[in-house]
Amino acid sequence: MAAILRLDEAIRECVHDGDTVALEGFTHLIPFAAGHEIIRQKRRGLTVIRMTPDVIYDQLIGAGCVSKIVFSWGGNPGVGSLHRLRDAIEKDWPNPLAVEEHEHAGMAAAYAAGASHLPFGILRGYIGTDLPKHNPNVRFIDCPFTGEKLAAVPAHRPDVTIIHAQKADRKGNVMMWGVVGAQKEAVMAAKRSIVTVEEIVDDLNAPPNSVILPGWIAGAVSEVKGGAFPSYAQGYYARNNAFYKQWDNIAKERDTFLKWIDEHITGTKDFAGFMKSIERVTAHV
Amino acid sequence: MSDYSADEMMTIAAARMMRNGASCFVGIGLPSAAANLARLTHAPDTVLIYESGCIGTKPNVLPLSIGDGELSETADTVVSIVEIFTYWLQGGRIDLGFLGAAQIDRFANINSTVIGDYRRPKTRLPGAGGAPAIAANCGEVLITLRQNKRAFVEKLDFQTSGGHMEGGDSRERMRFPGKGPTAVITDLGIMTPDLVTKELTLTSVHPGVTVDAVRAATGWNLKVAAEVASTPAPGATELSVLRDLQARTAKAHAGQN
Repeated sequence: MAAILRLDEAIRECVHDGDTVALEGFTHLIPFAAGHEIIRQKRRGLTVIRMTPDVIYDQLIGAGCVSKIVFSWGGNPGVGSLHRLRDAIEKDWPNPLAVEEHEHAGMAAAYAAGASHLPFGILRGYIGTDLPKHNPNVRFIDCPFTGEKLAAVPAHRPDVTIIHAQKADRKGNVMMWGVVGAQKEAVMAAKRSIVTVEEIVDDLNAPPNSVILPGWIAGAVSEVKGGAFPSYAQGYYARNNAFYKQWDNIAKERDTFLKWIDEHITGTKDFAGFMKSIERVTAHV
Repeated sequence: MSDYSADEMMTIAAARMMRNGASCFVGIGLPSAAANLARLTHAPDTVLIYESGCIGTKPNVLPLSIGDGELSETADTVVSIVEIFTYWLQGGRIDLGFLGAAQIDRFANINSTVIGDYRRPKTRLPGAGGAPAIAANCGEVLITLRQNKRAFVEKLDFQTSGGHMEGGDSRERMRFPGKGPTAVITDLGIMTPDLVTKELTLTSVHPGVTVDAVRAATGWNLKVAAEVASTPAPGATELSVLRDLQARTAKAHAGQN
């Protein structure tokens, strides 16, 4: 059965230096609070996996937690570049960053294979793209039945997957709705998992199909109200577009970025402290 | 007709390319604006699909990100990422893909990955996302981007998604499931691939734009059709629907709504 833990306990227990970690979320329900806690606990040498690394991966990379990224689209959605990701790729700051780059269909296949505990995922993909020239983990095989040439990618098997969802009960049954991304596959592909939720309730009153992870599959479950901010949690709060726009300025220069991390992440005790520290930023939105 | 901008002309010209009732896989940004304009004007039965898994979505404002709540709340159904890329896209169920790009070449191959060297890029762009699968698997592909020599290049720095590859029958020989780009719509005009060589050919210029101006904004010796049409100027309804949509969008994203 899932363990109900405080987020700092869950990160301490599940995320170790050198681990391969997937903090999944496709624009919706991004596990920001968990990412912040990884920065607070100063994890190093992580390989991070994510289809759409956005602002939380920019923070992890700039804070020096990451040595390799596996991804298929990296940007600040609707705004532009991730400056910390670019600085790491282009100028090795704060440390060199190895890159394994895919297309979305390949990442999806790798998660599905991981969840199935199969060795590789298969897809009609990587056709007409230069990606395989730079990524030896993309290979091609002939279908044994039709002879069709298909792409193959090794399964993603993260040491730990972290996601954010709307609700769980005290047994750790997790309810999630809206844009669900690849979160279910990412959790089931991982050796360990942490699910942060908006609230833990006595009774989910769950309609059929709405519990995406039964409690015996989820690892640690932590209640973190607002834990997907500045992304959104459908039914709870909207995406804070203003923060995404502000991030562009904060992350552009190394010193403003470091000052922000000091003041708002390492300078706060937990996510509630972080939210309080940026009240000025969020008050008007 | 009253005044309109080159960007408005581009979005309207791109929207006109969409057939009512088609299923359309939409990229964020310019394609999303054009696809929704089509849905709100001549193509109300168009099924818009975003790679976040939102199928048959009818957003009231344009999404800032590919997975905005507005998209899932107004969708016919929302499926997982694994499902959207397998059953739907690789399953060959999508008529039309609608993409943007940072760079394009004469055979409508596109780059959204890096400017400069891959390992030591001058500019690192977000990367492929769903684009290679959209470009490969949709029945046909429309591409929309602003036309200038930085974007329309002799040689791509990186080929993210395949258009007509090296031209001629090279796309067919590589057994792409879909037939590839059928039009490139810019702020200056419209290019379509030659039936045989597949090289992009200027077939229409927007009002007030000369063929020479399009040539000057292209990084290769652009092929021009024997007869170049003039794109009809934006109609009053097209303009007002687009402007209303963009005003609603700006208001919502400023957090005032």
